[in-house]
Amino acid sequence: MFKRKRSTDDFAEEIKAHLELEADELKREGLSEDEARRKARLEFGNVRAAHERFYLKNRVAGLDHLAQDMKFAIRQLVKNPGFSITAILVLALGIGACVAIFGFVDAALLEPLPFANPDRLMSVNESSVESPRWPLSYPDYLDWQRLNKSFTSLDVYGGRGYLLRTPSGAEPVHGERVSGSFFQTLGVHPMLGRDFYPGENRPGGPNVVILSYGAWLNRFGARDDAIGQTVDLDKEAYTVIGVLPREFSFAPSGDAEFWVPLNNFSFHEKSRTFYNFWGIGRLHDGVTIQTALAEMKAIAEQLKRQYGITGPELSASVVPLSEIIVGDVRPILLTLLGGAGLLLLIACVNVGSLVLARSESRRREIAVRGALGATRARLMYQFVTEGLLLAGFGSLGGVMVAGVIMKFLGHLVPKDMALNMPFLGGVGLNAHTGTFAAVMALMVSLLLAATPIWQLSFRELRDGLADGDRGAAGRLWRRLGANLVVVELAVAVVLLAGAGLLGKSLYRLLHVPLGFDPNHLATAQVNTSGTVSKNDEQTVVLYREIVRRVSRLPGVESAGMTSMLPVQCNCAIDRIHFPGRPYHGQHNDVDERHVSAEYLPTLKARLLRGRFFTEADNSSSPGVAVINQALAKKYFPGEDPIGRRIANDEGGNPSIWEIVGVVDDVREGPLDVETWPAEYFPINQTREHYFSLAVRTGQDAGTLLPVVVNTLHQIDAELSVSDEATMNEKIDGTQTALLHRFSAWLVGGFAALALILGVVGLYGVIAYSVNQRTREIGVRMALGAQRSSVYRLIMRQAAWLAVAGLAIGLVCSVGTSVLTRKLLFGVQAWDGMTLGGVAVLLGLASAVASFLPARRAASVNPVEALRAE
Amino acid sequence: MGRMATQKSVDDRIALLQGTLDLLILKTLVLGPCHGQGVARLIQRRSEEVFFVDHGSLYLALQRLEEKKWISAKWGVSENNRKARFYSLTAKGREQLVEKTSEWARLTKAMGLILSNQVDPSVEEA
Repeated sequence: MFKRKRSTDDFAEEIKAHLELEADELKREGLSEDEARRKARLEFGNVRAAHERFYLKNRVAGLDHLAQDMKFAIRQLVKNPGFSITAILVLALGIGACVAIFGFVDAALLEPLPFANPDRLMSVNESSVESPRWPLSYPDYLDWQRLNKSFTSLDVYGGRGYLLRTPSGAEPVHGERVSGSFFQTLGVHPMLGRDFYPGENRPGGPNVVILSYGAWLNRFGARDDAIGQTVDLDKEAYTVIGVLPREFSFAPSGDAEFWVPLNNFSFHEKSRTFYNFWGIGRLHDGVTIQTALAEMKAIAEQLKRQYGITGPELSASVVPLSEIIVGDVRPILLTLLGGAGLLLLIACVNVGSLVLARSESRRREIAVRGALGATRARLMYQFVTEGLLLAGFGSLGGVMVAGVIMKFLGHLVPKDMALNMPFLGGVGLNAHTGTFAAVMALMVSLLLAATPIWQLSFRELRDGLADGDRGAAGRLWRRLGANLVVVELAVAVVLLAGAGLLGKSLYRLLHVPLGFDPNHLATAQVNTSGTVSKNDEQTVVLYREIVRRVSRLPGVESAGMTSMLPVQCNCAIDRIHFPGRPYHGQHNDVDERHVSAEYLPTLKARLLRGRFFTEADNSSSPGVAVINQALAKKYFPGEDPIGRRIANDEGGNPSIWEIVGVVDDVREGPLDVETWPAEYFPINQTREHYFSLAVRTGQDAGTLLPVVVNTLHQIDAELSVSDEATMNEKIDGTQTALLHRFSAWLVGGFAALALILGVVGLYGVIAYSVNQRTREIGVRMALGAQRSSVYRLIMRQAAWLAVAGLAIGLVCSVGTSVLTRKLLFGVQAWDGMTLGGVAVLLGLASAVASFLPARRAASVNPVEALRAE
Repeated sequence: MGRMATQKSVDDRIALLQGTLDLLILKTLVLGPCHGQGVARLIQRRSEEVFFVDHGSLYLALQRLEEKKWISAKWGVSENNRKARFYSLTAKGREQLVEKTSEWARLTKAMGLILSNQVDPSVEEA
């Protein structure tokens, strides 16, 4: 049954053969040539009917119609390449943008964690008034673990840098210290070797390490015998006991290569008030987040009383782990998805009105076909087929566009940031995005098919024949098309306003006062723990040597060291109090930086009072501090802080620091966060193994970087240098700047496309209406209308549409901006300048779009117009 | 479908039962492969010119039988060097011919019984 049907040609051939054979036979019976032919035909009966019956018998009529419609539709599309290419391109862009952004949303929001039952995994930490997530101290963790009933397991982790000894020298590597059942809590099993044994995480436990897949691949050549070998981390031998699976990634740990059990504690890590570890827990079945949170709060309260920890603020926080990982990008992704959705809407409306306009110009064709007996259903099929065909090609193009966009956007994310977003690996054309694309395609098809059907059902075919293309024709379309174009313009306004606000946010963000000059500043991370400088004096000597040698490089003005560069994060936090004032354990949390004497002048930070550090501030002199203005304002309002003292717990030792200087606020934390109070201590008094070098140059900072690295290696080959970058690169590479830049550019792109589509749509409507009204205009002009009044006539029509779109769009855009205010920085949702700018831009674009057809209308020759037809 | 008419007069037309033409075609092809025109002629001749084959119906019937795989077709050359499509019986067709022939025999027998016994209509049930 399924073999190929016999062709009609073959059948016709057979009939022909029959007629010839019959004629031959008749001739043999004595008829003349002509007579025989005639008789053969006569005897056969109706040849055409036979053909027809064969033809009909062979096909199912419906399928036949579909094939016919398809052929006809393709012919229609090919006949109108301008229309077809525009429509397919517009659809492909709309669908492509949507699918691509959905790819990210799917990966980030729907499947963010590559672990077993990820929705039961919680981030379990302390919380304070200032910060909803505050790390745990180790003793608190042990008590939480012992007392809680909400979690099947509770674990902590804490990142730590190590120096790995390799044949080519010391290399700084990222390790993670984790409690014993960390991997079990996540539901991850080593793909090679074993997990930690229960005893290995007790204090004094063995030095064992589990490798990340990357470390195993790059440092052990993916050999099975890596298990049992040792690695040298910070000059201690660690035995490799396992290798994590390739797909394992734990976003908060970034690219940590070495996972060691938490069994070796520094002095202050044993303190109940040294908060250094982050907690994760797996909820028992049936326990809600609220229940767990209530229990943990009660435990935290109990411990606070039991150990007499003063200060009311500390409590517990329990939030889904996925929240920690994708919380930052969620509003951005949802905004982008919204933007892409609007773009698709505008694309559909645009193509829909194109289809409509074309079907309008095919009124006659439709009417004639109707008059010749095509049923309404048959005509509708035709339109549905054309809609499907357009949507099909558009979706196909859209999927290709989406693939390209996803790849492109994936590459735009810097490597450092991508490490914290393991879900990015899941972005691409897969079952989810494919399904989404199919649904989009279906919706678009329905829309495109429905548009002309809807119109068709409104109209009597008869009218089409009667009035042709003249006069009142197209009134319906004019109304419908006009409404559609208002929607388009409104959507374009929403996107433009969004892009404007995001762009302004980005500008504001990149122009927040930094308190220092980021230009011509080169930076690098240095780790000295591999060097011979063992005691404090040797370390200080090394500091001096580094600053001296680097400062002498050609073009370099000065160089300084800091424990942490500005504009990175409000981490390295110190809790201070003030001798002479009552202290109840308040969270006087400030940024703490250890800097060399030349560091603040190198940044060009402004000294407000007192002095900077000098080389005389060393380990043998009393502790001194420089504070920023925020600290002075917050803790010494109306006082002169110079000479006052601040106290803290430095390296586990209670210490007192005398304030010798006040600097204008240097932005230590992220760009979008208010500057915190900050304190600076002389690095010569605190001594850090791990610090950043900042080098001020008169020339391009980028070209200086290799020279600096080279010089450092000349000073001591064991110095490890990493992350060399200019200060501006550092700032641009921060998560805040990147996220804002991404959203601004993407929404900006959407908005530009939307503006073009909307204005083209407006042009289409006006141009069409001018076409339809040529006769009317001719009559008006024949009756004495001036060209200027024709201009006014057309432009007024366009102005109404533009103003309506603008008004609706502006109202909607304030609404959407309020929804997305999380992404805005330093600008209000109803920012007058942005909205005004959008109005002007759209107004100008609309004016151009309507001026062209208006000019055509005004140049109508009344005689020609009336004579036509 | 399988409409047939006598050649001599429209009024003498005999309405034939469905499938009769199929049976005639199969029977004709028992003698050997034949093209459509030959089949038509043979049927006409062997029915002593009682039947006139409607050619349109004939070709549709041939097509139907081919699709049922009772006959197979291939293009060849006729005795007078004309290109023609030759039909021949398949094994399945032969089986069908036997079956249909006996069916036909039973049918005509029953018909005969009914028609000859006009006195007792109860024979119908036989």
